[in-house]
Amino acid sequence: MKKLSARRRHPLAAVVVLLLALAATGGLYAAFAPAEKAQADSSAQSLAIDEGKKLFAVGCSSCHGLNGQGTSDGPSLVGVGSAAVDFQVGTGRMPAQQPGAQVPRKKNIYSQAEIDQLAAYVASLGPGPVAPDSKQYQPSDDPVTNAEQVAKGGELFRTNCAQCHNFAGKGGALTNGKYAPSLEGVDAKHIYEAMQTGPQNMPSFPDTTMPEEQKREIVAFVRHTNDEPNQGGLALGSLGPVTEGLFGWIFGLGTLIVIAIWVAAHTTKAKKS
Amino acid sequence: MSENLPEAHGASHGTDVATHGDPFADPGLPAHEPRRTDIDERAAKRAERQVSLLFVVSMLATVGFIASYASIDADKIVYIFPLGHVSALNFALGMTLGVALFCIGAGAVHWARTLMSDHELPAERHPIEADDDVRNDVIEQFKTGAAESAFGRRKMIRNTLIGSMALVPLSGVVLLRDLGPLPEKKLLHTGWVEATANKPIKLVNMNTDQPMKPEDIVQGSLTFAKPEGLEESAEDFQQKIAKDALMLIRIAPEDIKDTKSRDKGFEGILAYSKICTHVGCPISLYEQQTHHALCPCHQSTFDLADGARVIFGPAGHPLPQLKITTDEQGFLVATGDFDEPVGPSYWERPR
Ligand code: FES
Repeated sequence: MKKLSARRRHPLAAVVVLLLALAATGGLYAAFAPAEKAQADSSAQSLAIDEGKKLFAVGCSSCHGLNGQGTSDGPSLVGVGSAAVDFQVGTGRMPAQQPGAQVPRKKNIYSQAEIDQLAAYVASLGPGPVAPDSKQYQPSDDPVTNAEQVAKGGELFRTNCAQCHNFAGKGGALTNGKYAPSLEGVDAKHIYEAMQTGPQNMPSFPDTTMPEEQKREIVAFVRHTNDEPNQGGLALGSLGPVTEGLFGWIFGLGTLIVIAIWVAAHTTKAKKS
Repeated sequence: MSENLPEAHGASHGTDVATHGDPFADPGLPAHEPRRTDIDERAAKRAERQVSLLFVVSMLATVGFIASYASIDADKIVYIFPLGHVSALNFALGMTLGVALFCIGAGAVHWARTLMSDHELPAERHPIEADDDVRNDVIEQFKTGAAESAFGRRKMIRNTLIGSMALVPLSGVVLLRDLGPLPEKKLLHTGWVEATANKPIKLVNMNTDQPMKPEDIVQGSLTFAKPEGLEESAEDFQQKIAKDALMLIRIAPEDIKDTKSRDKGFEGILAYSKICTHVGCPISLYEQQTHHALCPCHQSTFDLADGARVIFGPAGHPLPQLKITTDEQGFLVATGDFDEPVGPSYWERPR
């Protein structure tokens, strides 16, 4: 002991301490540096999440809970992903104007930047479908490829969508006041996101059962039916036999009856002319 | 004839009293007023020209119809004020044909109103019953006939007659029944019947034509499936898919209220027949939050979370559910048929 303490300062002690210090610094660097680097990269992302959290607290938390965990008034948003937020807020459905069977589309009051921030926050709650970029949903510009996409999309639309949205995408009724909205004038991105996420009572069509390419074809078809020029005649909302029958009975038959009465009742007498 | 009708009309009532004391005497027919075309030859000529003009316009419109059919490009789109962008060809065809038909009609009406004979022709109405003599005679004859036949007395004849009359309509039933063969066993089974535990049939996605694994079917999604080996190009595809079509949904297993239904599914994936049990429309208006499926034809609503129980509408029984499982490679398969016939009820349906 005495001997040890007497020789406390070995000539190499300084070197040993230096080596230990270097090793510790290196080790600490190895342990912390990658994390720091990642954080530096996503600082824009974390900023968006922070901003989104603030927007969420103001606009959404009264129904979905302060942390998006859901309340009796609104479902949990854990795992719904950014695509759902982009769709719901982008089409003005959220924030909902009142509870009811269906939340209707209305004017959107958020800017796209704010929507992205909200989406970033909700996406940070749990992994879910990611909002698509335009390469995913924009149909081809090339007329030939586009025509192909429209044709294939038409078939897919009739298999998967027409039962609710009507063969021309004009929408239709569901149960208890719910309805499938018209697809007229809906953004390509929103159509894509709706298929991806299944908003409200619409079932979803995930990539596993309907690959990205097929969704793009459906978008191409809906675009096409929207822009299609009138082939002549009255479309009457393209809603099918109900409007057409009503129109035929009331206006068609009515006009014929009026003409028949006029022809029969109105004889041309000399004194009248 | 028409000049002497008023008197004849009054005379048919038989008495002078009626015309005299009756404040509502039969006024007879109003005096005939000639039309201008009847008295003015120039007006008649003008009407004649108008009618032929209408017919000529009709002819021109028909020629126009044929000409536009031959000359206008089917893809041409033009802007026409209240209608917006319309197909030039369809617009021209509709317009010309419309004008051609309208002018024929208008010409005919104009002709009838101005130039055809304008004499009023009354058609008198008479009571439809026969006069008393005839009626008494018939009643008399009926009574004698009944007495002579002794219908009331001979009970046996009466009863057999009633019996034979009651049975005669049955021949109609037989004739109608002859209209077609019974469905026999054709409706009992679907294409899935060929699946066995040793040779299961894969469920193939209607969109991608690929078999599916359970992880492909996420909660809240809707997927349509057909049996593997049924190709869309096959000649009898439509007939087969009308029975084989499936809709696949996935519900959290604890939310499935019917245990039998849960056991037929695989980890919450349920495969229901897509054919409505009312009159067989394809139903797939699936609401993923309520798990209701609505039939667009007559609004039958099925609760897919509760064994597809009918909760509204005319459908007679729940949608049949196909038992599914996975094979060694992990693909969704069926190992047998639905355990009841799919689609609407029919007489021979076992239950
Ligand atoms: S066919 Fe489905 S309700 Fe009538």
